[in-house]
Amino acid sequence: MAKRSKGKDDAPEQPASEGVVVPSVAATEVPPPTEKVSSAKLDSKVPPGPVESKWQDYKRNAKLVSPANRRKYTIIVVGTGLAGASAAASLGEMGYNVKSFCTHDSARRAHSVAAQGGINAGKNYQNDGDSVYRLFYDTVKGGDFRAREANVYRLAEVSVDIIDQCAAQGVPFAREYGGTLANRSFGGAQVSRTFYARGQTGQQLLYGAYGSLMRQVHEKTVTLYNHREMLDLVVENGKAQGIITRNLLTGEIERHAGHAVLLCTGGYGTVFYLSTNAVNCNPTAAWRCHKKGAFFANPCYTQIHPTCLPQEGEFQSKLTLMSESLRNDGRVWVPKQKDDSRPPNKIPEEERDYFLERRYPAFGNLVPRDIASRAAKKVCDDGYGVGPTKLSVYLDFKSAIERLGEKVVRDRYGNLFEMYTEITGEDPYKVPMRIYPASHYTMGGLWVDYNLMTTIPGLHCLGEANFSDHGANRLGASALMQGLADGYFVIPYTLANYLAEHQPADALNDQSEAFMAAEKSVKDEIAKLMGINGKRTPADFHRALGKIMWNNVGMGRTKESLTRAISEIQALRKEFYSDLKVVGKEGEFNKNLEFAARVVDYLEIGELMAKDALHREESCGGHFREEYQTEGGEALRNDDDFCYVGAWEWSGNPSSPNLHKEHLTFDSVKLAQRSYK
Amino acid sequence: MSKTMKINLRVWRQNGPKDSGKLVDYTVNDVIPEMSFLEMLDVLNERLAVEGKDPIAFDSDCREGICGTCGLVINGIAHGHLRHTTTCGLRMRHFKSGDTITVEPWRADSFPVIKDLVVDRTAFDRIIQSGGYTSVNAGSAPDANSILVGKDAADQSMDAATCIGCGACVAACPNASAHLFTAARVTQFALLPQGQPERDRRVLNMVTQHDKEGFGDCSNHGECEAVCPKGISIRTIAQMRRDYFVASLRS
Repeated sequence: MAKRSKGKDDAPEQPASEGVVVPSVAATEVPPPTEKVSSAKLDSKVPPGPVESKWQDYKRNAKLVSPANRRKYTIIVVGTGLAGASAAASLGEMGYNVKSFCTHDSARRAHSVAAQGGINAGKNYQNDGDSVYRLFYDTVKGGDFRAREANVYRLAEVSVDIIDQCAAQGVPFAREYGGTLANRSFGGAQVSRTFYARGQTGQQLLYGAYGSLMRQVHEKTVTLYNHREMLDLVVENGKAQGIITRNLLTGEIERHAGHAVLLCTGGYGTVFYLSTNAVNCNPTAAWRCHKKGAFFANPCYTQIHPTCLPQEGEFQSKLTLMSESLRNDGRVWVPKQKDDSRPPNKIPEEERDYFLERRYPAFGNLVPRDIASRAAKKVCDDGYGVGPTKLSVYLDFKSAIERLGEKVVRDRYGNLFEMYTEITGEDPYKVPMRIYPASHYTMGGLWVDYNLMTTIPGLHCLGEANFSDHGANRLGASALMQGLADGYFVIPYTLANYLAEHQPADALNDQSEAFMAAEKSVKDEIAKLMGINGKRTPADFHRALGKIMWNNVGMGRTKESLTRAISEIQALRKEFYSDLKVVGKEGEFNKNLEFAARVVDYLEIGELMAKDALHREESCGGHFREEYQTEGGEALRNDDDFCYVGAWEWSGNPSSPNLHKEHLTFDSVKLAQRSYK
Repeated sequence: MSKTMKINLRVWRQNGPKDSGKLVDYTVNDVIPEMSFLEMLDVLNERLAVEGKDPIAFDSDCREGICGTCGLVINGIAHGHLRHTTTCGLRMRHFKSGDTITVEPWRADSFPVIKDLVVDRTAFDRIIQSGGYTSVNAGSAPDANSILVGKDAADQSMDAATCIGCGACVAACPNASAHLFTAARVTQFALLPQGQPERDRRVLNMVTQHDKEGFGDCSNHGECEAVCPKGISIRTIAQMRRDYFVASLRS
């Protein structure tokens, strides 16, 4: 990646100020050593009025595009996970001309497919006191008061429609004998509001959205572009006007023009190398939009999931997640004695420490993910860990099997148990599982306003790729909810509003200067990577970065660890550009080249994550700074100084980004220290 | 850490759809039993790359058996000899040190080879496009609990819906039939009230598209069920055939 020097002349494609966000940043000769905080405001465009009526008011006043005009608009949707597939399908149903892109051979394989446990909705079908407000409240609280209230309320509000939509699509949700929908509980909630399809909820919801998408392909409103990786965003006249892609089968670099671009490309959890994400998940598309002017918000908010299989060796390519729903009936424990080498079943009850139940009696094993992960890390750090590496804890189903019988447990978790057995060769019906936290989800992402639009007009960002709904920690079963909320029920309204207001359905031109320049820069970068001719493979660099990130920017962070990470990443990046080796050719299916291009971005985003974590001198949700904790070891927020969204602007140099702040106000929920005791 | 194994591999190398292709021998001396089959190939590929040689092209993504991206014929069996397991889930502890393992791509005319072990399965998408859904626009659905679905029907529908679209059924079938794949989707909807309005046209269109893609017919070998990583039953094919017959009479 060519490093651009900072200055207005070097950034012709920066969006022009159009009444939309984009704060002007005075150009300086040399990037300053510390972050510069802009006083310019980020306009969240949250509608006025009480939180309960904002979305209704918005819809009442939003501008529309008439059915006859919709087909004149070309909308580019990148990604076919829950957010991308539901958005592309819904816009197609409305009559827009949609181009849908994915890196896979089929849209059905996006990583939403791997989500296991369920999807939340404030239906209150269980008559246990749930409501839209309570789901909203739990989500804001679960996110440790670092999410934007208005977005979260809307999410909770449309959650009930999602379940209706999915049920109508024939998603085979779990049912009661009477035929109604079944629910289970999930972390961070005291009600049962999670809908599920065995341990394959993500798969079934995705197949529902994928079915709708395929229907629109059949109706010819959507054109599919599979095996395409987005490598750049084209910004023209201050607006997103298209993308540059690489055909992963032929290597061809392609230009695609559209009246708006929807980025639905997921998170950046693979920065850690080992994560529960698929091996092809990557933040490249989002990061390249960032470099074209989209602010990146809260990159330090990463979720480390408590119930994953522990790492076994260097060769490992990924960590497997076991659904959080297992904590409904599984009990987490370690021996009370350090370095206890007895097999788990030989350790009597009174010598076991059920540390979650002990520390959090009200929520017990169902505390939110960040808390459960840190608690597991702590007992392992203190020397109570189990297994060959001493970096795991037990998740035990013995009492559930005694209470419910093996059949019920098998019904609920059968496929998860099978998966565990397949990987470890152990039988969890007889021996407790061993689990350890792993990188799973990223709450940070591109900054978006209430319309889900980034700081680049026309560029929208949906699902995990944006930052907006989960604050500093996401609750279980809320990712599926957000992806589908954004795609089915939010973007159809907000996109129309943007198009009607700002974007005439003019003829598109993919031959313009901006397109040709973006295409050339992508080609140049590929040539550069191919030409380094060093000794280390892309995976080797990625692994090295992953270790830096996990050890220093993982579950526990300190000023020292973060400072160290920054300098180590900078050194690694330097080495990358002198010692990378990419085999194979440009014009063919070439996984090495694909990954090399992604590592370029990992090496930059990793540094931003560390910088964001360093600047945020508080602990909140998934961001835990060892220096800021209560006496009981809980996260200690600093609302006086850090109750804001940290949105970073690319400056041309990955080491000197500019910080902008969106201050968060809480009108409906009272700021409080999270307590799950 | 367990002790290492020596594995001899015979891998299908084919430089693009027009190349004739051949089996090439490799040896990996330090395979760890905990490794997955794909992680062993990763290790081999890293070595080939360091030596400046072209790595073996294969595709994979989630590596936990749910996305359906991976798929290799291992010693003649789609996804290998372990039942109900995708290639990514197959661990090396199921092999012995000194074993020689042959690795080939899915072989079917409707799945042309892209490179080495990667094939083009877009025919599956086109089968779904022809009718594998319910036609419900976002926003028009009734309250979810207004449609009651008995638990047994929901469970059986779910059994069929777990198909991951990997294509092993086609690779294993002597007729290269995609009936199991098509029937799984047909059955998912046939068992649910939500699937009834389009039941006839769905099965007619999907079967027509299946045939148009060049997949063969089913002659009840049952190889598909044997290799299916999700254990989809060939009873779904019976369901599809019944539905097809009834729909043909009605249409």
